[in-house]
Amino acid sequence: MGSILSGAEAASLVRALPGVDAVGLEARAAGLATRSVKAESKAKAIDLAISMIDLTTLEGADTPGKVRSLAAKALRPDGDAPSTAAVCVYPSMVPVAAEALKGSTVKVASVATGFPAGQVPLDVRLADTEAAVRAGADEIDMVISRGAFLAGDLERVFHEIKAVKAASGEARLKVILETGELVTYDDVRRASWLAMYAGADFIKTSTGKVGVNATLPVTLLMMQAVRDYRALTGVQVGVKPAGGIRNTKDAIKYLVCVNEVLGDPWLSNEWFRFGASSLLNDLLMQRQKLKTGHYSGPDYVTVD
Amino acid sequence: MSDRLRVKKTYKLYVGGKFPRSESGRSYPVSSPDGTELANAALASRKDGRDAVAAARKAQRPWAGQTAYLRGQILYRVAEMLEGRAGQFAEELADATGAEVHDALGAVEAAIDRLVHYAGWTDKYTSVLGGANPVAGPYFNHTTPEPLGVIAVVAPQDDPFLGLIEAVAPAIAAGNTVVVLASETKPLPALSFGEVLATSDLPGGVVNVLSGRAAEVAPHLAAHADVNGVDLSGVADAELAASLEAAAAETLKVVRRPGKRLDSLGLLRQWTEYKTVWHPAGMAAAAGGGY
Repeated sequence: MGSILSGAEAASLVRALPGVDAVGLEARAAGLATRSVKAESKAKAIDLAISMIDLTTLEGADTPGKVRSLAAKALRPDGDAPSTAAVCVYPSMVPVAAEALKGSTVKVASVATGFPAGQVPLDVRLADTEAAVRAGADEIDMVISRGAFLAGDLERVFHEIKAVKAASGEARLKVILETGELVTYDDVRRASWLAMYAGADFIKTSTGKVGVNATLPVTLLMMQAVRDYRALTGVQVGVKPAGGIRNTKDAIKYLVCVNEVLGDPWLSNEWFRFGASSLLNDLLMQRQKLKTGHYSGPDYVTVD
Repeated sequence: MSDRLRVKKTYKLYVGGKFPRSESGRSYPVSSPDGTELANAALASRKDGRDAVAAARKAQRPWAGQTAYLRGQILYRVAEMLEGRAGQFAEELADATGAEVHDALGAVEAAIDRLVHYAGWTDKYTSVLGGANPVAGPYFNHTTPEPLGVIAVVAPQDDPFLGLIEAVAPAIAAGNTVVVLASETKPLPALSFGEVLATSDLPGGVVNVLSGRAAEVAPHLAAHADVNGVDLSGVADAELAASLEAAAAETLKVVRRPGKRLDSLGLLRQWTEYKTVWHPAGMAAAAGGGY
């Protein structure tokens, strides 16, 4: 949906947001991270986590062959394991991914708008987005202009997101806040609300290209933002932590948070995603462990 | 002045180059054969075994990728560091087994010599076990032994130091990494050996030392799909050994059965597998390769 607010209205609403209780937030995240999920619940959580993965490859060295093999893995990760939610690639690889995933439930997600820095002119960013959608992307992962945001130009960030949303057309728009570069929790909260006011379908933590990626407290904060946004406006927005989530234990911590903070409406790949590549193999190894009763190893999953 | 209160040592596991307590938080008292309490040692759990295998796997490729010369130098360094602490190990070993310190020192010196022996083997065993095979065609055909990967060792129960080193040294000399479950009742010399390894240039994770009950931890190591070989030579209970071998078969591991005596070359060979490479000699010549 498009936003009904003007840039100035959104910016003033965002500037009026209360500050974040950092100690309380981290304690809450740490508390939720202690939950133990075992046996049958764990098996369900693993399958749910697999179905929420945006299987990602964002390298300069990506080849059509690599994207095709990733797509094959996304469709059928291992035996009766569910498909992942999407394959996430650079715009130039979208046609390859779209061809490989045609007719399946697995979506094609494309990063766009001058990923990962976003430091290119707006018309280039919009053209990037339109090209990705034309090539068959079902979802667009855009980056915000952190430079403009940190300089206090919230209006510009708002208008850019709106413009990209318009350029995305039918494709769902994930807005990457790059929380590692925003640094403070207050700024993460502001950026989350700004993106939602501008019409984001998803808010996403990180590009995976900077030192600090998704962390549990930051993701928890963003979950609180989407919960409050729905309470305020009735519009549901998804959350996607990305980068640095490498093992089953971490993934389950995130799922526990989704369940506790957002509840059932968000517990599907329609509203929650993991941006990850190596996470899938660990989930599959844990899945094999539950099936066979003994620990698995990297020799029993694909080399990506 | 009052007598000084002795500081008692807590014996911890050695995993991935660090000294963690057991993940389970458990420990167990270790006594000498005459019943004198010596110390508490960490009681490893299934998850400690899993962590140790993960550490060993992480260390394996870099360790196998080191030059044979460097692996030899590092094994020799372990022997050097042990030499300097031979007295301490002799006492620990004497306490553990009830032997005379003089005899225990003999066993420690034998262990040091054994390390030097395998240090010498690192750059030689590939030539002894491998070679160029004569084939009827314009090809070179080479066979070379390569390390298996991660080896789980149940160390001998009654020979807690020399027996452990005899099991571990050939495996790491050949480029494997090891998870070793020390003698259940006499684990202290093995755990102290972890301290020697930590200060002797051996990369963390190449040798991981656990103390605990073989019946509890070994089944998980034997069944673990990321373990490539199991050394059961230290399993005293025949029934347990049989069940461990059966578990190992599920994931196609190389197994050394209890009581299987091997010379040093045999031990090196036990933990290697052969790779044979065909190289087209004619094409090398056509490309100006000089053949």
